[in-house]
Amino acid sequence: MSASDHAALSSQLSTPHVGGANVREVHDSFHGDLLEVSMGPHHPSTHGVFRMIVTLDGETIVKLKPVFGYLHRNHEKLGETVTYLGSMPYTDRLDYLSSMTNNWAYALAVEKLAGQAVPERAEYVRVILAELTRLLNHTCLAGFLMQDCGCSGTPLMYAFREREYILDLFESLSGSRMMCNYQRFGGCRVDPSADWLTGAQKLADRYGTFLDEFETLLTGNEIIIARTQGVGKLSPELAISAGVTGPMLRATGVNYDLRKVDAYGVYPRFDFRVPLGDHGDVYDRYMIRVLEMRESIKILQQALAGLPAGPIMDPKAKLRSFRPKAGEAYGRIEGPKGEIGFYLLSDGSPNPYRYRIRPPSFINLTVLEDMCLGHTVADAVIILGSVDIVLGEVDR
Amino acid sequence: MESPEQIRDRLLARFPGAEISVVTNPGIAAQHSLLLGAAHARAIAEFLRDDPTLKLDQCSNVTGIDWPEKEIVETKNISTPDPANPAAPPKVVEQKTKRLQLGFLEVVYHLYSITHRHGPVIFRLRTGNRTDQATVPSLTPVWRSCEFQEREAFDLFGITFDGHPDLRRILMWDEFKDHPMRRDYAEPDDYEWEPTPHGTVLEKTKAHYPPPPALVAAPTVLPAAPAAPVKGATP
Repeated sequence: MSASDHAALSSQLSTPHVGGANVREVHDSFHGDLLEVSMGPHHPSTHGVFRMIVTLDGETIVKLKPVFGYLHRNHEKLGETVTYLGSMPYTDRLDYLSSMTNNWAYALAVEKLAGQAVPERAEYVRVILAELTRLLNHTCLAGFLMQDCGCSGTPLMYAFREREYILDLFESLSGSRMMCNYQRFGGCRVDPSADWLTGAQKLADRYGTFLDEFETLLTGNEIIIARTQGVGKLSPELAISAGVTGPMLRATGVNYDLRKVDAYGVYPRFDFRVPLGDHGDVYDRYMIRVLEMRESIKILQQALAGLPAGPIMDPKAKLRSFRPKAGEAYGRIEGPKGEIGFYLLSDGSPNPYRYRIRPPSFINLTVLEDMCLGHTVADAVIILGSVDIVLGEVDR
Repeated sequence: MESPEQIRDRLLARFPGAEISVVTNPGIAAQHSLLLGAAHARAIAEFLRDDPTLKLDQCSNVTGIDWPEKEIVETKNISTPDPANPAAPPKVVEQKTKRLQLGFLEVVYHLYSITHRHGPVIFRLRTGNRTDQATVPSLTPVWRSCEFQEREAFDLFGITFDGHPDLRRILMWDEFKDHPMRRDYAEPDDYEWEPTPHGTVLEKTKAHYPPPPALVAAPTVLPAAPAAPVKGATP
């Protein structure tokens, strides 16, 4: 632009000021339009292949629609094409952090369907493994949540170090770190050895020290308090109506733990408390999990001390050519993420007629939009982290 | 907690004219359920949620089930007396009757009470058929937890939920046509079909790479061998 052009343009744009100075008119290109942002599916903060379509007013979320299905393989259809036992390894892949509780929930539903008894030793071993899974899951979740808050690396690596000790126990018992395939209808696959039990005892004795260290690092941290308190609040009424279960429900102050309510397995024999939150925000969800881990250690100590001798499998249990009577059953347990249930419909054939999974983290995501509205994008990442999702289970 | 029969009787007293029946579960679990007609389903669901003795405030699980139409063969023994010899024992003939049971889709709801810590109360809704009357009332306005689960039943079974606020596919992609959880769903042959370059893309590819050099034919005529020396000739 030449000097003369510039002068002509500025004479058009400018309005002469009273004082003589030229003030340029402001042409505002920001009209307050809403912006639609697609978060995910390949973003590390979405914990897998999860996508949220977020509508933003500035940085504030005014609408959020989750998009599912990137890991969908129609697990329920697969369950109809294989035998009852054939589905057991597939359940490992649902919530791949806690395969032991998935196995248990499925075994419990089939045992209800077929009227199968479980020996006492197997019930104790199931409790031990479920509580180890809870420790593993909650430790990882706390690590990931802190990673989402921006504590890059350190808490996550601390959590993963402890997870590795638990996975070592799982591997020496079942042969696989994560895809354990350990429970059977009417018991467990192998009997834990004395060495294994000593290892589990050592871990239970030591885990409290790790939690103290972890909490010193995180719980009172000013940045974490500033980022998580009052963020993503959930009311108890909405949580109940939306079918939210597990630590997310208890963080809103609703006293509902299936280990107490349904009293399945041998849980009534153990002395433990159910931690409850006050505010239902992200901080409460984090604290509930830390407190639950401390209760899990208590249960572990009691279960290891009281483990009876005896068979690990019911001798009458049928594994091959297993055909339950026609009928239906719904069985559920308290998984680390909430109520994991299996609904089975049998028509008397070796395969289930209908095999349905009630995935806790999928249903907990129903309220994601309600929790995120009015918060910023950075908060949405933390709120999603506090829901504790695993996409293997959400998409099935 | 009340038995399904007691709940049915109370519901019939509260909603006269509603279709309510108890579906017996023949299995060992004996979790019996209630079959509700579509007309009163929403009102009954609200009653179950708000009733002070039941207070079923949590709908835990929503399951779609497909029941395709099937032929039921019933065998009946019919005895006919011999007209020639009435004293003789009657002739027994096995008669088979075929009956076509119409197909339908079913939605099963598992309800629990968090307030009273009891459950499950199970009820079912059925569609008229599997094609043009595959509609049941949505219970998302009663329990929010039905929102995603009913969308899932819509996606995988093709059950339309009347009154659902946001009924879209959830696990399959929007352009997908069929309902994969139906019993008669056939996987397409070209499931792993991958597009190969075609049309303008193929033309562009051809223009991009120079044509391969023509092959030069190898010589087929071998050079003649040196002639053998003739006998008796002088060198």
